Amino acid sequence: MSSHAEHHSGHHGAVHHGAGHHDHGHGDDGHAHGTLGSYVIGFVLSVILTVIPFWLVMDGTILDKNMTAMAIMALAAVQVVVHMIFFLHMNGRAEGGWTMLSLIFTLIVVVIMLAGSLWVMYHLNTNMMPIHDPSQLP
Amino acid sequence: MIDTSTVATHPLFGRLTLESFPYHEPIVVATFVAVVLGGIALVAALSYFRLWGYLWKEWFTTVDHKRIGIMYMVLGLIMLLRGFADAIMMRLQQAMAFGGSEGYLNAHHYDQIFTAHGVIMIFFVAMPFVTGLMNYVVPLQIGARDVSFPFLNNFSFWMTVGGAVLIMVSLFVGEFARTGWLAYPPLSNIAYSPETGVDYYIWALQIAGVGTTLSGINLICTIVKMRAPGMTMMKMPVFTWTSLCTNVLIVASFPILTATLVLLSLDRYVGTNFFTNDLGGSPMMYVNLIWIWGHPEVYILILPVFGIFSEVTSTFSGKKLFGYTSMVYATVVITILSYLVWLHHFFTMGSGASVNSFFGITTMIISIPTGAKIFNWLFTMYRGRIRFELPMMWTVAFMLTFVVGGMTGVLLAVPPADFVLHNSLFLIAHFHNVIIGGVLFGLFAGIYYWWPKAFGFRLDPFWGKVSFWCWVIGFWVAFMPLYVLGLMGVTRRLRVFEDPSLQIWFQIAAVGAVLIAAGIGAFLLQIAVSVWKRRELVDRTGDPWDGRTLEWATSSPPPDYNFAFTPMIHDNDAWWDMKKRGYKRPLGGYKAIHMPSNSGTGVILAGISVVLGFALVWYIWWLAAVSFVALLAAAIHHTFNYHRDFHIPADVVVRTENERTRLLSGQV
Repeated sequence: MSSHAEHHSGHHGAVHHGAGHHDHGHGDDGHAHGTLGSYVIGFVLSVILTVIPFWLVMDGTILDKNMTAMAIMALAAVQVVVHMIFFLHMNGRAEGGWTMLSLIFTLIVVVIMLAGSLWVMYHLNTNMMPIHDPSQLP
Repeated sequence: MIDTSTVATHPLFGRLTLESFPYHEPIVVATFVAVVLGGIALVAALSYFRLWGYLWKEWFTTVDHKRIGIMYMVLGLIMLLRGFADAIMMRLQQAMAFGGSEGYLNAHHYDQIFTAHGVIMIFFVAMPFVTGLMNYVVPLQIGARDVSFPFLNNFSFWMTVGGAVLIMVSLFVGEFARTGWLAYPPLSNIAYSPETGVDYYIWALQIAGVGTTLSGINLICTIVKMRAPGMTMMKMPVFTWTSLCTNVLIVASFPILTATLVLLSLDRYVGTNFFTNDLGGSPMMYVNLIWIWGHPEVYILILPVFGIFSEVTSTFSGKKLFGYTSMVYATVVITILSYLVWLHHFFTMGSGASVNSFFGITTMIISIPTGAKIFNWLFTMYRGRIRFELPMMWTVAFMLTFVVGGMTGVLLAVPPADFVLHNSLFLIAHFHNVIIGGVLFGLFAGIYYWWPKAFGFRLDPFWGKVSFWCWVIGFWVAFMPLYVLGLMGVTRRLRVFEDPSLQIWFQIAAVGAVLIAAGIGAFLLQIAVSVWKRRELVDRTGDPWDGRTLEWATSSPPPDYNFAFTPMIHDNDAWWDMKKRGYKRPLGGYKAIHMPSNSGTGVILAGISVVLGFALVWYIWWLAAVSFVALLAAAIHHTFNYHRDFHIPADVVVRTENERTRLLSGQV
């Protein structure tokens, strides 16, 4: 489909007034394709961020169960960011800022959904689920 | 937990038996006969006039956003007739079933009708209408030649049709869900709905949902990447802005619906316990999830319509829209806030004071940007030279009607009041007030406004006014009694009533429904009359309303390529600005235009999806497997199709544009 878009901009030279004016209204796409170096850095970081949780689990003595789970999730979150920067080439300028904007929007919606659902379901669970222990009845 | 293996399945026909066909329901049988006769007549007519090839080549396989837009509108109109038939059957039943009378619908049938009415009106009437208008208008408004992914657009449309077809099949083969339009568990789970109804519901929505989501991605991409040079974000027409926000909502919220329905189908097919009553399942989680989709969905419907009202108000007042910037910000704020109010749909489920008050307050806050929009329209009209053509009439009717619906909405947003009014006919009256008085009135405004653009002639104003008054008065007569009944405590979805004093209100509501039927009839008649009188109603200028935005710069109907030259934008009322500066159409220098090619793959993929859906509904596993493999094979086969584009030769462009020049000069 890129051919269509190309064609679309290709006609700007023929624009009736202001020929040769190439302002597309949304900047250039600034799409970076990483270098070998950046891919290697990304790969090494990912490996490190994968090996640490693996080692935490295999060793099993360094942290207790809860701490291990927390550590794995934290490292996973860091790895998501590494992937986005080094493999998906995301930054504040890519696609005229649209990539960043949609990432922020996605994060807002996901946080609202997760936090909201947890909050709502916690309340519903407390208020509405049957109480099995008779001593808890009012 | 229910053991799903208790449902008898035949290796060849699955659960499908002769008993699955509702031949013992006289109403359904009569409908079936009528549909078959009508279908035969249609097929015969199409064959007699040799239209099959034309339809296939020029319409079904088209990738032209304008034709796809028109097909969406046709789908919406057909499904409106089905959804409205359900509505008037309910009104009749409720007006009759008093004093020991059972009415004329049994419970099994009645429950399917109110479910089908809701599902069809939202997913297969309002959504296709909204998507159709966006598809038609947005590329024209931004000076593009098509959407970003023209084939995907065709595929999206046919997937929406696929969902609609599956729902229509449920009318004659098996049954539809009897759960209400959102299919809450535990009722929708296999333990309480072991029949095929809910499965039809799930697969129809999943198939149509693919189309809706992909179309959302397509339009976002189009708006972000394909605007004409000079059209910065803050120079986009308001309809394009509201379309952008709507499609962002679609892309962010429809996956939630898909995931929720997947979990429900796992419960039903595999025996998981996400939403069951026992073994750790929580039906309340389903209600929570479905409304995280469901509330943005409400704004998916209303936002584009707000855009239509903005275009119409400014055009027919002959003025720039009052407060363009505030309109854009109000739209964006609504987009975000629509994710923060979902719990107001289940205040009574028992979340407690802190949760309920949070969501009650956010609900009241979201009415502020909406109110700001109403004032913007009023100030646009203030001191304008208002022309009360049909689109403007619908807009004024909207403002008067929608404000009432908005206020009852704020009333329902107060949790203590909601505890009284929840699930009552007051709620029904409220959401019909905003969906008919808002979305539907807006769609009519949009249809009347853009019809001359799409077909080159206006719709006949006389029958339009008849339709308008029948609809508006019919709406008020049909739904004000429901407010009254709701305040008296009548709950929704009831089939028979005890208290005879209520009957008069239901009878008034039924009269209103008949008036609306007359409105629909007048609308169809109007289309027929307008086609008949198209020479009298013709528009040669391409700009019949003295419009302000770019779609009016091209001919009516626009050529396949929309614009021979991509326009330059200097103002957010681009065409108005061009007219003011004495714009002259270029009369030469045309070049060949690069365009996407038609493809039949969309029809084929959607057709296979319908077969897959049907097989899954009836547990016909071999057919499900075969059609799934076929689906993948057809999709992969399409990737080897390299005939994706062609050029409209320069001399064809010259001929088309010269014809337009001739028409324009004949007008002067």
